[in-house]
Amino acid sequence: MTRTVTEIAAGVRSGELKAVDVLEQHLAAIDAREGDVHAFNLVLADQAREAAAAVDAAVAAGNDPGPLAGVPVALKDNMCTRGVPTTCSSKILAGWKPPYDGTVVAKLAAAGAVTVGKTNLDEFAMGSSTENSAFGPTRNPLDTTRVPGGSSGGSAAAVAAGFAALSFGSDTGGSIRQPAALCGVVGVKPTYGRVSRFGLVAFASSLDQIGPFTHTVADAALALQVVSGVDTHDSTTIPEPVPDLSAALGRGVAGLRVGRITDLPAGADPDVQERLDAAFAALAAAGATIVDVTVPAFTYGLTAYYLIAPAEASSNLARYDGVRYGLRVAGPDADSMFAATRTAGFGDEVKRRILLGTYALSAGYYDAYYGKALKIRRLMADDFAKAYASCDVMLTPASPSVAFEVGAKAADPLAMYLCDTYTIPANLTGDPAMSVPFGTGAGGLPVGVQVLAPALGEPVMLQVAAELERSVA
Amino acid sequence: MSPRLTTDDVAHVARLARLNLAPDELDRATAQLTGMLEHFADIDALDLSAVEPMTQPYPLVNVMRDDVPGDVLDRDEVLAAAPDADLAGGRFRVPPIGTPQ
Repeated sequence: MTRTVTEIAAGVRSGELKAVDVLEQHLAAIDAREGDVHAFNLVLADQAREAAAAVDAAVAAGNDPGPLAGVPVALKDNMCTRGVPTTCSSKILAGWKPPYDGTVVAKLAAAGAVTVGKTNLDEFAMGSSTENSAFGPTRNPLDTTRVPGGSSGGSAAAVAAGFAALSFGSDTGGSIRQPAALCGVVGVKPTYGRVSRFGLVAFASSLDQIGPFTHTVADAALALQVVSGVDTHDSTTIPEPVPDLSAALGRGVAGLRVGRITDLPAGADPDVQERLDAAFAALAAAGATIVDVTVPAFTYGLTAYYLIAPAEASSNLARYDGVRYGLRVAGPDADSMFAATRTAGFGDEVKRRILLGTYALSAGYYDAYYGKALKIRRLMADDFAKAYASCDVMLTPASPSVAFEVGAKAADPLAMYLCDTYTIPANLTGDPAMSVPFGTGAGGLPVGVQVLAPALGEPVMLQVAAELERSVA
Repeated sequence: MSPRLTTDDVAHVARLARLNLAPDELDRATAQLTGMLEHFADIDALDLSAVEPMTQPYPLVNVMRDDVPGDVLDRDEVLAAAPDADLAGGRFRVPPIGTPQ
């Protein structure tokens, strides 16, 4: 019953499938299970029915609706959709309707995709469990006593539950890869600048990147192809042509060098480590060479990230002051209105990170914290570049553990931050990275293996992920 | 290297960030931030004097476009989304500015 993105788009384009029928199947799945999962902040059934009918009408008229024709897509609720509420799962933006579409949103619509809804997230994408939402937590569809990961937990859950064939999230420190791992789906963080951030509500602008969730590697390649490319609205997009991301998927891994990081920080559970070892063995059996490499700065990634990301966030979130959009709490003067609005509108984790970031940037502490973190970032990039001199890709766990129980880490912010240990470095360097499902661990829950590649290395990264997918099938 | 964080420090930072913290919230925030900064002390021993800071992953500089009018947001639509605005005058409306703290 579950069709891939590739199957849906091909079927709708050829007329063998109707976009409206595909949509109704996904809306029925939402009706059946959304009450238990809570993947969405908003389901756009009527708008989606109109869009799907328009796709079918285009096909009937002999026109090609595009490479994602009739594909039901769910969007993380930090992507601006014109006239449709965009909340970031925060009270401070409740009810706000953006006056424009983000570039990714516009590209998806132009490619024939059908938006089914806006998905839940940790408030402003700050979290690793989708429990820090002003609108309540999302549950893992594979076991609703457990978290789906975060911060793009709603998007990961939507694909895992069959609510959408495709979804998009944003990844600042692992917010696509970790929930993909915990929900048993594919999740890709592209090279920084590969995909436009225009219309993505900013968390940490030098780290944020949008990417897809899908059931298969081929689907991820197709979806990423559609949204990639330079954009005049985002001056950080890379002005390079985007290669054919699907071309290498069937090539296998013979002759490729796969790096094993010998000084990787400890912390992965034994069941996760066992799957990582199995992934190396599978690639070796398929003809790859396993190469031992070192990345000494990996260990310091968590510290650098949790200074840089909150510092950037404290600046980006200064715009929520009750003046131009969202919530306002009245005060006798502007300054007390700002503070009253922000105090009422932001949740605990967002406040914690604003305080941490403001402290790291404040007079007297800037050099000791933010300045030092930027130097660690350089060390990280240098260490990765050295490692890639002797390998084509590297593998690590995507998450230290399988999905944990709802509430298990809610009282300990630092324990939650440690979920990001293996995903953070690729955000600091800007390199692409993805999680691909590779069997199961404790309790039969999915384990994701992370494939890391150098900047603009999406083709080889997807090529290796496709081999892992084949070997576990 | 890592200085000891006090509730006064956190109260100062909260004022800078325009966040009001109740006394119990201030104590909790101070304890949590102290715990994080202790964890982050793992970088204290590193000699980074010869390392250049890195602010952006991809080295792009001076990205320019032609100076021509493009598609821009509709002013009335933007003002309509504000908590309070003077639509006829084309302005956001805010409480008086400048009351001494």
